[in-house]
Amino acid sequence: MSTSWVIRGARPLGGKAADLYVEDGALVDEAPVGAQVLDADGLVALPGLVDLHTHLREPGREDAETVETGTLAAALGGFTAVHAMANTEPVADVAGVVEQVWRLGIEAGHCDVHPVGAVTVGLAGEQLAELGAMADSAARVRVFSDDGRCVHDPLLMRRALEYVKAFDGVVAQHAQDPRLTEGAQMNEGPQSGRLGLAGWPAVAEEAVIARDCLLAAHVGSRVHFCHVSTAGSVEIVRWAKRKGWNVTAEVTPHHLLLTDDVVSSYDPVFKVNPPLRGSEDVEALREALADGTIDAVATDHAPHALEDKETEWAAAAFGMTGLETALSVVAAAMVETGRLDWSGVADRMSVRPARIGRLTAQGQPLLPGAPANLVLVDPAARVVVDPSTSASRSRNNPYAGRELPARVVATFLRGRPTVLDGKPA
Amino acid sequence: MTHPQTALPQHLLSAADLTRDAALLVLDTAEELARVADRPIKKLPTLRGRTVVNLFFEDSTRTRTSFEVAAKRLSADVINFSAKGSSVSKGESLKDTALTLEAMGADAVVCRHGASGAPHRLANWIRGSVVNAGDGTHEHPTQALLDAYTMRSRLGRIEALRVAIVGDVLHSRVARSNVLLLSTLGAEVTVVAPPTLLPVGVEHWPCAVSYDLDGVLPKSDVVMMLRVQRERMYGGFFPTTREYSRRYGLDARRMATLPDDAIVMHPGPMNRGVEIAAEVADSVRSTIVEQVANGVSVRMAVLYLLLGGGLVEATEVAA
Repeated sequence: MSTSWVIRGARPLGGKAADLYVEDGALVDEAPVGAQVLDADGLVALPGLVDLHTHLREPGREDAETVETGTLAAALGGFTAVHAMANTEPVADVAGVVEQVWRLGIEAGHCDVHPVGAVTVGLAGEQLAELGAMADSAARVRVFSDDGRCVHDPLLMRRALEYVKAFDGVVAQHAQDPRLTEGAQMNEGPQSGRLGLAGWPAVAEEAVIARDCLLAAHVGSRVHFCHVSTAGSVEIVRWAKRKGWNVTAEVTPHHLLLTDDVVSSYDPVFKVNPPLRGSEDVEALREALADGTIDAVATDHAPHALEDKETEWAAAAFGMTGLETALSVVAAAMVETGRLDWSGVADRMSVRPARIGRLTAQGQPLLPGAPANLVLVDPAARVVVDPSTSASRSRNNPYAGRELPARVVATFLRGRPTVLDGKPA
Repeated sequence: MTHPQTALPQHLLSAADLTRDAALLVLDTAEELARVADRPIKKLPTLRGRTVVNLFFEDSTRTRTSFEVAAKRLSADVINFSAKGSSVSKGESLKDTALTLEAMGADAVVCRHGASGAPHRLANWIRGSVVNAGDGTHEHPTQALLDAYTMRSRLGRIEALRVAIVGDVLHSRVARSNVLLLSTLGAEVTVVAPPTLLPVGVEHWPCAVSYDLDGVLPKSDVVMMLRVQRERMYGGFFPTTREYSRRYGLDARRMATLPDDAIVMHPGPMNRGVEIAAEVADSVRSTIVEQVANGVSVRMAVLYLLLGGGLVEATEVAA
């Protein structure tokens, strides 16, 4: 495949059409000699998307996803970097595991893989993992999370927040009070009462977020909140930011689009943690993403084997896939509703997540000299979601049969196309 | 024929699946079928050659037996598929169990399951009719039908009856189905419980809510006492069983505050001395034994209408 490209007539960040030139992995200011030409008339060019929250399942659950299949799905979704969550088997709580995942990412070559290190040994919430060793490893870990579980012990959370300052790390908290959510199955509200499913109350998220904002301020650390899902959480994050505290937050595409109404089917494809909330929460999350209170969209792509989802609701695993549909869902929830333009999408799906993850080669402006990590999007396309065609090894996609706007046409990773014409390059 | 246009949906998963006309059709059909029980040979040929599977993932001898008797009185072949001792306890999934039953040619599957919504899932995987015989903390629609039947036969109507449902509403499938069905049939329902045993959002249910049993009883034509499950007693929902009984138990003193014709119901099994005193359970107001008998008639009606369709011909019953 050629390493030099002329991308003709693309609209950077949805603005005026211009030609983009790619040579030796970077954007350059003149058309390279002998470059391949890609007709990008009508397409929007964005910096390659960066996901702060991906479950690649390898090592341990290669039946659900591998680094190879997950990163191919990511590339097809327009991502050039993903953060691979630590809740694998074995847990990514030592340098050896994070380096293994990092190498698998390089071998696959579809997008950069930045392993997230576990905050505590075995995600058990009792003892700090060797965070420094993971930070110093070849994987250069900067984001630490026990995602799937909350770092609930306040003293341990305080220590983690303090400790990672030494290498400019960040703790990404999965905010969920464990006692308030024992056996929880869905959002606690009128729908859980009707359906007879144990409720997951908003306060179980909000109380932890409030506590951790105060802790981060107290020790002068930064803290990041995974998959913020309630209107109350948004209010607390907004308050903490107004105070000037170093707090960031992400929202998932599914929390921007779906409400707990869909649970009435008892189809576990809609079972996710934190759970789908009410329409007033969806509204608050959209508003917060628009005004920047929420910094980033993160997929929480959580593939699961069929047998873990084709069950009764209570027995099913939590989680839904999201890498391939993230941009389309954000287009539906934010662009079509006039809340974000494409420049805003680039900011929330690339620039800010790259900054939170301290990725210097991602989320850069599409200007000469920058690494050629970019995605071309057809904003006028409409696609009916068909999970059977997914590159992911799993099929637990909650948008099956839904028509969504926008389609990823091409993705470039350091000047090399990983996706062309919507297909693996 | 009073219900010429009415039909039941393919499955009975929730009391909300029944329109007013469909619910009345079940009750009227049950009334006709009840006469079978008074005959020396308690059997109709209606469902001969049809197969009804009782698929019980939770122990419930009472409900299973009730469905079994109902199906057998209609001459159906009955298969009892209990989770214990089957492949289910060896880790077989609900889906594989469903496919097995489908391969055996089940015309109806009566499902009791500990997980809310399990019968809904089952209905996606089999062609026959699914009857929800109690799913988790969700619903138990045939219990609501037999309760409505019992109210109508004791008090002559359901419309405008004042019904108090008392106890662990949060975890009760009986309460959910009763609130839905009774409101469809025009009763005025009040759920009574300590605030810890009411679900979030109960204010959106088609019923009134009270924490005060003594205030509700004098204005109740029907009092339905719910069973307090043992695990709730230790789950921190109330301080002690004794305090629960004192505030929400129905004893003789409280029963005396009811209007003269009021009845006392309980879906069983009872905790005598906890939610209901023994002298109340055994009093003339109590319908608890009738409820069991009515359960068979109502379940016959449900199976008949789901599998046989139409209304019982007068001649068939008389034959």
